[in-house]
Amino acid sequence: MNPEPALSTSVEVWIGAALSLMVLSFLWRDNPCYKVAEHLFVGVSAGYWMVMGFWSTLWPNAIVKLVPTAARVTDPTAGLPAREPLIVIPLVLGCLMLLRLWPRLAWLGRWPTAFAVGTTLGYNLVRYIRSDFLAQLHAAVAPGLVIAGADGAVNWAATVDQWVLLAGTACALAYFTYTRGGQGLRGGMARTGLMVLMVAFGASFAYAVMARVAVLVSRLQFLLGDWLGLV
Amino acid sequence: MKRLLPKVITSGVGILLILTAFGARPGDGGAGTWPVRVFDYVDRNFTVWFNILAVFAFILGGASLLKGHMQRVMQRRPDWPYSVITLVSFIAVLVIGLGKLGGPPGLQGEVTDPAAWLMVVFAAIYEPLMATLFSLLAFFVASAAYRAFRLRSREASVLLGAAFVVLLGRTPLGTWLSDLLPRGLSFLRIDTLSMWVMRVPNVAGQRAVLIGIAVGVAALTLRILAGRGSVEGDRI
Repeated sequence: MNPEPALSTSVEVWIGAALSLMVLSFLWRDNPCYKVAEHLFVGVSAGYWMVMGFWSTLWPNAIVKLVPTAARVTDPTAGLPAREPLIVIPLVLGCLMLLRLWPRLAWLGRWPTAFAVGTTLGYNLVRYIRSDFLAQLHAAVAPGLVIAGADGAVNWAATVDQWVLLAGTACALAYFTYTRGGQGLRGGMARTGLMVLMVAFGASFAYAVMARVAVLVSRLQFLLGDWLGLV
Repeated sequence: MKRLLPKVITSGVGILLILTAFGARPGDGGAGTWPVRVFDYVDRNFTVWFNILAVFAFILGGASLLKGHMQRVMQRRPDWPYSVITLVSFIAVLVIGLGKLGGPPGLQGEVTDPAAWLMVVFAAIYEPLMATLFSLLAFFVASAAYRAFRLRSREASVLLGAAFVVLLGRTPLGTWLSDLLPRGLSFLRIDTLSMWVMRVPNVAGQRAVLIGIAVGVAALTLRILAGRGSVEGDRI
């Protein structure tokens, strides 16, 4: 506890504290203060990300490449880059995307969506097969005996863990196999796999709780420390 | 035209990018041949094109926000005054950010300069609101855990048991409780158990999920690239 608590004199901190309290008021119930904060957040975040997208992506990668002299607007000493006429393609596709706002022309908005879907699929197919399929299979089928040191002694605890890991992965994969009935050995593996998945989800849940509580603690530190000067 | 062209664009772009992943680069030799030049151009530029489209998606989202809230205000629908707040804050941030107001020296300054008004809005409004909204989830996550516990199913019990062990193992309370155990039962220490849960069954489950997702992505990709994905109305 701070022996001489002092309220903040910063306008920014006071605004931040007021908005934090308005959001936290939702714990009592939905109320006008929370709604004001919620609508303010929607407006500010939409505007903020549009501005960031414009200055960090659209301006340097599209407008400057199409009209090189535009580079001098933000930096009078900048050298002029080479013109790239093909950059007009994503700009036209982007404009077509905006036609979704007019119902009669909204169908033209499918073309940029098709391009975005095709790009995502093309990049992700290779990436997922490499990093999430082959690399994970390779890691799962690790050596059956874990050697502890240079003398060749077997680390039995790590070896058992390795086999439990492999069996757990196989059982969880059996649970994802929907084309066969849940009978016999495969059914038993699937039921065990469900439990393995529940443990994994439980661990993820615990991490989610810890992350949220950490954010809550930081907000309380802001209110009690930065704003009220109590801690 | 309305349905065929989107399919052709999706398949064409997707197949071109897959070929690019396996295609030769200028450094591999044959730099002058047109396939190498095409692969190189696609590899260097399609991500940029995608990012440009993503910005247009933001613009579309902003325009849609404007349209929706303006209609709400003009038709005096319930809670319309809140829409005024959204509209005013949205337009104000756009003007501040696109005009690079506040930061030295105007348009030639950096929009992320600490003195720029956009950054002041970020620090005073956006950051506290976002952090507090996320922190609210701590209470809702606790409520979700309580509801799952009330289900009394075996799966829910295993999930919450694992979560309890991991949570307790990462806190001083878990370490203090573990110190009460006799030496012979040290394998039951909650911090050791927590580490084991994270290292073995958690990795097994996450690995299976990753492999399942990868197989699913591959199957869906091949299906869409072959033109077999559902292209009905706005769905591609």
